[in-house]
This record gives sequence, structure tokens and C-alpha cells, in this order.
Amino acid sequence: MLQAKHKTGLVFFPAFDWAISPTHPEREERLLYTQDQIFEEGLFDIEGISEFKPDPVTLKDIQRVHFCVPDVWHVTTESHFISAGGAKTTGMAVLDRQIERGFAMVRPPGHHAMRVVHGARGFCNINIEAIMIEYLREAYGIEKVAIVDTDCHHGDGTQDIYWHDPDTLFISIHQDGRTLYPGSGFPNELGGPNAVGKTLNIPLPPNTSEEGFLYTAEHVIMPILEDFKPDIIINSAGQDNHYTDPITNMNFSAQGYANLTSIINPDIAVLEGGYSIEGALPYVNLGIVLALAGIDYSQVKEPDYDPNRIRQTPAVSNAIEKIGETVLTIWQQREYIRNQIVEKTDPGNRNRNIYYDTDGIQESQHEQIQICSDCAGALRIDSTSSRGVHILAVHIPRKACNACKQTGYIWYESADPDDFDIIFVQDRTEDQYLERKK
Amino acid sequence: MIIGLDVGGTHTDVVLLGDNGLEKEIKVLTDPSNLFNSVLSGLNEITSGIDPKNISRIVLSTTLTTNAIVQKKIPAVGMIVSSGPGIDPGFYRTNSHYFPVSGSIDHRGREIEPIDHDEINHIAEHLQKEGIRYVGVVGKFSIRNPAHELQILAILNGSFEKIFMGHRISGSLNFCRRIATTFLNAAVYPIHKEFYEAVQRSLQAKGLVLPIRLLKADGGNMRFESSIEFPAQTILSGPSASVMGAVAFGAEDEDTLVMDIGGTTTDMALLINRAPVLNPLGIRVGGYNTLIRSLETLSIGLGGDSAVKLIEGKIEVGPERLGPAMAYGGQVPTPTDALFITGDMKDGDKEKSKNGLNPLAKILGISVEAFAHQIIEVTCKNILSAAQNLIDRINSKPVYTVHELQEGYLVRPKHVLVLGGPAPYFARHLEKLCAYSIRVVPNWQVANAIGAALARTTCEVIFFADTERRVAEAPEENFSQQIDSNYDRTWAQQHAFELLRNKAVDRGANPDFLEMEVVEALQFNMVRGFNTTGKNIRVKVQVKPGLIHGYDQVIAKLSQ
Repeated sequence: MLQAKHKTGLVFFPAFDWAISPTHPEREERLLYTQDQIFEEGLFDIEGISEFKPDPVTLKDIQRVHFCVPDVWHVTTESHFISAGGAKTTGMAVLDRQIERGFAMVRPPGHHAMRVVHGARGFCNINIEAIMIEYLREAYGIEKVAIVDTDCHHGDGTQDIYWHDPDTLFISIHQDGRTLYPGSGFPNELGGPNAVGKTLNIPLPPNTSEEGFLYTAEHVIMPILEDFKPDIIINSAGQDNHYTDPITNMNFSAQGYANLTSIINPDIAVLEGGYSIEGALPYVNLGIVLALAGIDYSQVKEPDYDPNRIRQTPAVSNAIEKIGETVLTIWQQREYIRNQIVEKTDPGNRNRNIYYDTDGIQESQHEQIQICSDCAGALRIDSTSSRGVHILAVHIPRKACNACKQTGYIWYESADPDDFDIIFVQDRTEDQYLERKK
Repeated sequence: MIIGLDVGGTHTDVVLLGDNGLEKEIKVLTDPSNLFNSVLSGLNEITSGIDPKNISRIVLSTTLTTNAIVQKKIPAVGMIVSSGPGIDPGFYRTNSHYFPVSGSIDHRGREIEPIDHDEINHIAEHLQKEGIRYVGVVGKFSIRNPAHELQILAILNGSFEKIFMGHRISGSLNFCRRIATTFLNAAVYPIHKEFYEAVQRSLQAKGLVLPIRLLKADGGNMRFESSIEFPAQTILSGPSASVMGAVAFGAEDEDTLVMDIGGTTTDMALLINRAPVLNPLGIRVGGYNTLIRSLETLSIGLGGDSAVKLIEGKIEVGPERLGPAMAYGGQVPTPTDALFITGDMKDGDKEKSKNGLNPLAKILGISVEAFAHQIIEVTCKNILSAAQNLIDRINSKPVYTVHELQEGYLVRPKHVLVLGGPAPYFARHLEKLCAYSIRVVPNWQVANAIGAALARTTCEVIFFADTERRVAEAPEENFSQQIDSNYDRTWAQQHAFELLRNKAVDRGANPDFLEMEVVEALQFNMVRGFNTTGKNIRVKVQVKPGLIHGYDQVIAKLSQ
């Protein structure tokens, strides 16, 4: 009789009646063959593996993380509430100790959704990991969280949300942004002045194979995680590094993903991208679940799997070793780097243009962070979208010091309603969300 | 007239139903070492003085196959299992002669790796040398393409008495359960066949020449002739007999809980508008998860004869039974004894009950009457909390569409039907502790046999079509057809209903009153690149479990 070494729970929500558009990669069919495989394997019959029905998230859960413009209803569908709810349900089951590990095998994904949401980017509307994490922080009092994003695309949304948070370590490994959407995720993106080194980007060259991913996990990610000592580890488990994925250029495999999961050993995994719906997802998802549960996965292989055919070149291996060294150095020298950044003129301000590829929206942002040695700092975002909406969003962090909290409210209250369509404040010290409209 | 017979652990209940309702009822003691005699003596008694020509239907529910599996009184079986990538099939081993072999089919039904004929020949030789006569052949994804199971069958044919193929056992996905279910069918085949052939011969000798029917775990029946191919479907039919006995008295357009309170256990099920809720996959028996269709039931080790103990000053009832109630000469106090003290029950030795409960009441420092009430309250509360667990389990069943998650039906029963030995005595106490309306099923002592008698023939068909591969298939029904790219869900449903109708009639259903329904009908556009390349269609249809047509008057008389 097959038995899980670690009690593992799954929320499986394939949203069989929801698509971005009929032929979009994010369509009804996406998890159909994954369902076939996990049902046929009898995954939920294995002793120690259980399935949970997701409870949709609440409006408040979303507003704890995002500023949705003009409001939550305009930028989400029911499916987003359920998929974020799948992550939340999984996280609760882990923290309630019903299970040791959880996997939210849900869609639509979320890791490209940033703090301000004008629409959909990279198939994502709301950040399902961040909504889960912030709920868990509020409800269970967890502090230090590490997110390891193993999707092939840079997790720029999650990076944005945790850019200023010293309690959240965000590590993204992805295909080099010079060759793939969203074009970001370089080592010099290492967090805001109050959280230097808590964002770490590991861009890998195209055609990276099992060797390169596992090397990075063992020699770069794991030492940093051991050093950071998080309360929980979240894996944004995108599956588009697979050698058959139609929209990326990597050479990873089901065996590789299962091994990667064993190494990172996350408490909670959340499905992100992955669009090789027949050739990869059924096997990768199965491999990840078995690895989480501590069950033998040595026979989980794609029908056409040939490790020799996808092996990376020595040049790729060299490039990966170099990038790994760079990232480890950033981690070790983060205090020194912070001092250098703070000495720069105007380190608390940044201007950005953000493109929403899925909805075709252009956003321009001016962001101001209160540089603070006592907390994550009050954050002020002035954002205008190409749809002509102009907002001011103020974020007061969870453990804000009195000064930063006061600054946040001054920003909120002193803003002129004639200048903005909506003025928001997200006060995490009180877990409340306020807005003023014209 | 109809005969219904239900073999239970202690009694075998037999009823004869006719124009006057319950014409005759009989209880005989079950002899577990000779079930055949129990069944036969029950049938003999019920038919004595009745003209065989007046009997139009006989439905049996026995513990034959269940006991064989639980007690492991089964012959050696050979299992040949072809798997391919995924979980190592070694983990699914059912028995000692279990052989994982090469060959692999994927989720779309495409061949990944052929089978190895020499390998199968060697195993066949080995099994024959071992004297094995019953074989199961199972492939992963064989319900998407049974070619490998059929090829293996062709190699084995003629060398064994009976070969069961996984794809004919169930149309549901679940390789592990398909293996276990195929194994169980092969394992119970010989005793099942021998037993019912003997029953049929005995009935014929009495002039009863009609096909006997066997109750299944899903609350439906099938003809014995059909059951030869699926003997394991008769496993655990007992609980379904009781539930079907309550169906007629369930609330219309509302949800009703059914509680069968026995001596050792209480079994629960749920009716939605008089139709029992089915388990989504299949029953668990003897440590095996199976694809045997069954009712969604919950069983707890709590009944009239459960042992009552004090643990750290708290009353605990069950889960074990240590003999009968003290009122009937047992050694350990039970809820039944408490019912004697409260005056609910009368036909035993109340003094013995009192003497039994007294020492425990003294420890608690309360009167024996107060103690009896507390025992009954604990028992009732445990039953009600188990009922809530069943409701929660049904309501927390995962769904996979936004629509179902938002609009999905949540059960909220308002009524409870109780049956079984101590049912009427508990009813009054249950009612005080909950918001349900409680009703005792009419003829509660034999409602199980009535349920067996009146249950209709049930079955399901699982159908899929893939317009890219240009096939529509229901391998379980031996159906495969070429289709063109216009084929869609409407066609698939129609084809599935045709197959279902034929299957149901073949298994003994009344063709004029078939209550067929769609359980699932999904259609996916398959997109490769940015082009739609076909449709992937999955349909599941069933004959709803329920009661046979034309007996409304008989049922009306039962409630009088």
C-alpha cells in the first residue's frame, strides 16, 4: 500500500469553464490531461494525500494586497477569487497542521500581478501567492516568508509586491529576461532600500536543463534559504521550463521538477504557468505532488523523455555558475549594498512604466518609499493608466513604525481629490482599506 | 408478487410484497458457515403455500462475496498489469501472482509502447503451472484504448477458465482501483457463480423459473446472468438494501438522512428528492479501494449493543460490541439496557439492566435512571455528529468548474428516517436533540428486505469522444466508432443514452420506465498552436437509483 511520508494536501481547481479567450494558452483545456493523469494514477487514494475544496477569497483578502483600479470587480472574475482561494485554503490547511505540505493546483495564475492592478498582465490579474501569504500573516501571525518562484517567466508581480518588505525573501529563477517576457529579473533588481537583498533574481540562459536547475537550487537557493531561516517556504511552481513548453526555451523535465521540489522542500506550492498541457503538465504535476509527499517518483517520465537529448552545453553550465556566484555575493553583501544605495541621491523614489500585455494597458508609476530603519516604510504610489485613470495608493506596512504610519495617513488625507480619480490607503497595522473618490 | 431477501450478520430477512402491501415477512437466523442454507430456508418459508406462478420477481442481497473477500476465502488469481510512466505499478500489488508487464497507453489513448508477446506467454505458462484458473488483465488508460488488454486476452484465451479485463469492469479513470476491482471480480467469480446457480436450481425445483436478481452496493439490482461478468458488484449490498427500504418514505424535493441503527453499527446515507447520493468513485472493501459503484454511506461503531464504559468520568459508547445487552443475558451494559431503564423497551429483563448500570451510576454519583438518560444522550449525540460528518463530506466534495462552485447544490436535510432493530426506541430521544423531524420507517424490522425487493436495475455508461483522433468510445460497453469533426456533445449524449438503454434492459430493467440522466457532460476545444484541432468530449449517464415502477399502491399500503 502506497503511503505518503509527508501528509500532503491538494486543492485541484482546473476551472473547466473559464478561459481568457477560446484559443488562449490560459483556457479550459489547460489542466484536462493533468486531471486525467492524476485521476488515473489514483493520487487522492494514496494514504496521506487528501483533496480540499477551495473557499473563494473575500474582497478584503484581495484589498489586503492590491490596489485594484477602479475596483476589484473590474479587474477580476469569479475564477480569480477561487484560484486565490485555492492557495489560501491550502495555506490554512498547512498552518492548521491538517497537512504538512500543500499544493494549490489551480488556475488562473497570479505571479505577474503587481500591487497596483489596472488589468491583466502575463495572464495574471491578482497575485494568488501574495493574497495567501498576507492572509496567513494576518490570521496565523507568521513572520518570515520565503518565496521561490520557479516559473520560466520572471515573477515580476510578486517581486513588486515584496520589493520593500524585509520579512519576505523573494527568489526567482527564470529564463533570462533578454529572451523572454516580461523582460525583467536581473541580479541588479535586488529590493528597495528598506529590503536590500530580499529580492534575488537568478536569470538562467535558454536551454538550461536538469543539471543547471538542480545546481542552482542546491548551490545558490538552499544556502540562502538556510541563512534566511523562513517560517514557511512558498514555491511558485510554474511548469513552463519544460522542454516541450510552446512559449519558452528551456529544457527542464518532470524528473527535474520532482527533484527540484525535493531539494527546495516547500511547505506550500502554488501552480503558476506551464502551457505544454499534454506533453508536460500531466507528468510534472504528478512528479511535484509525489515529491512533496515523499513518495517514489522515479517512474514519472514523459513518454518521449530522453535526458541525453535535452542535456545543457558546457557553456550554459558555465554561465549558470557565474550567475550563481553573483547572486550569492549580493546576498552576503546585502548590508554593504544597502548602505551604498541609501547614500545615492533620492533613493526613495522610482519611476516606472508597466505594460499589461494581456489587456493592452500602459501604466506609469511614480513610487516613493519612506526610508526607515524601524520598519518596511510607508509607500506612496502615484499611478496613471493609458485608460486615463489616475490614482494615489498609500501602503502602510504590517509592522509600520508610528512615524511611517503617520506619514502614510498624511499622504492619504492631504491628497487633493481633484488631482486623482481615487485615493487609497492600505493600512496593514489595522488591517483596513480606505478609499476616497472624486 | 415480489420476494426480497437480505442476508444480515444475525438474521436473514425475507418479505413477500403484493397487492395487499407486505403479504408476508420472515426472519431466519443467518448461519455464516452455510449461507446457502440460510438463503434457501428463507426462500422456502416465504414461498410456502404460495403458487410459484404468482411470483414475478426475486431479489437477493447476500454477504457471500463480501465475506469471501473479508475472510480471504478466495482462490488464487493471476494479475497481469501493464503500466507505463507514472507511479510504479508494484505499489498496487493485489496478490502474490501479480505481474507488471511492458506496454503503455497515454491519457488520449495513444500507444506509447507496445506489449511484449513473449513476456505475456511466459507469464501464462507460469500461471498455468501454478494451477491458476482466473486471471485479471489491466492496463493504465485502458478505458481510453483497450487494445493492449485485448491483445493480452488473445494470447491468454483458452488457457484459463475466466479472464477479466479492466476496461470492461468500469469506465472510470483510476488505475489502482481498476486493478483492485478486476482482481476482486476474478477472485469472487467461482463462488458467486456456483452459489447462485445452486440457488437458481433449487428455485426451479420448486417451480420458480424466473431470473433471480442480485442487489448491488449502489442501491440497484441486476440479473444473475449479467452479474457473472461483474460478480464483485454484489459486494456490500446490505447497506443499500436498508437505504432503498427507506427511499419511498423520503421527502419529495427535500433532503432526507437515512439512519440504519443496528446492534453493532449505525449506517447512514442521504436521499435527495428520494434518490440516494452515490459515492463518486466506488466502495472500499477488505482494504481495497474499488470502482464498484456504491451509495455514499457512513458507518460508525455505535448501536444498541455497543459496550458502555466510563473513561475518566465520561461516558463512552462503542465502538466495540461485547455481546448482547444485559437485559438479554449479556455481560456488559449497553444503550439497549438504558432503553429498558427508561421504559422504552420492555421485552427483556429490566432488573439485569439495572444491576449492570448501577455500579457505573454510583461512580458518577447519580441515579441509575439519570445515568440511563445520559447513555442514550451520548449515543444519540454521537449518531447526530456522525450524520453531520456525512453531510459535510458530501458538501465538501471538490468541483472543477466555476459554475459548480458557485451554484453547486449543498445538501441540507430536514428529515431523518430511522430503521433497524432499536430504531423506534431511539427515535424519540433523537428528536429531542436535533432540529430534524424524525420518522421511523414503516415495517422497520424488514425494511431492508423491502428495499431489495423494490430496487430498480441500475447502471451507468461513461463515454468519450476525441474528434482529433476521430473516435467515440465507451470501452466498458465494447463500443467504438469512427466520428467526423462535426461530432459534438449532443451526439455523444445521444449515443451514451442508447448504450445505457441497451445495457439497462440487458441487465433486467423495465424498458418502458427507464429513468436516465446525465451525470456529467463536458466538451473541451483542443487547441494546438493557435488552432482548434478538435473537441474532447466526456459524458457520463446513468439510470438513477430508485424504486421500480408500478408499485406505488403497494408502497402506499406499506405506510398504513
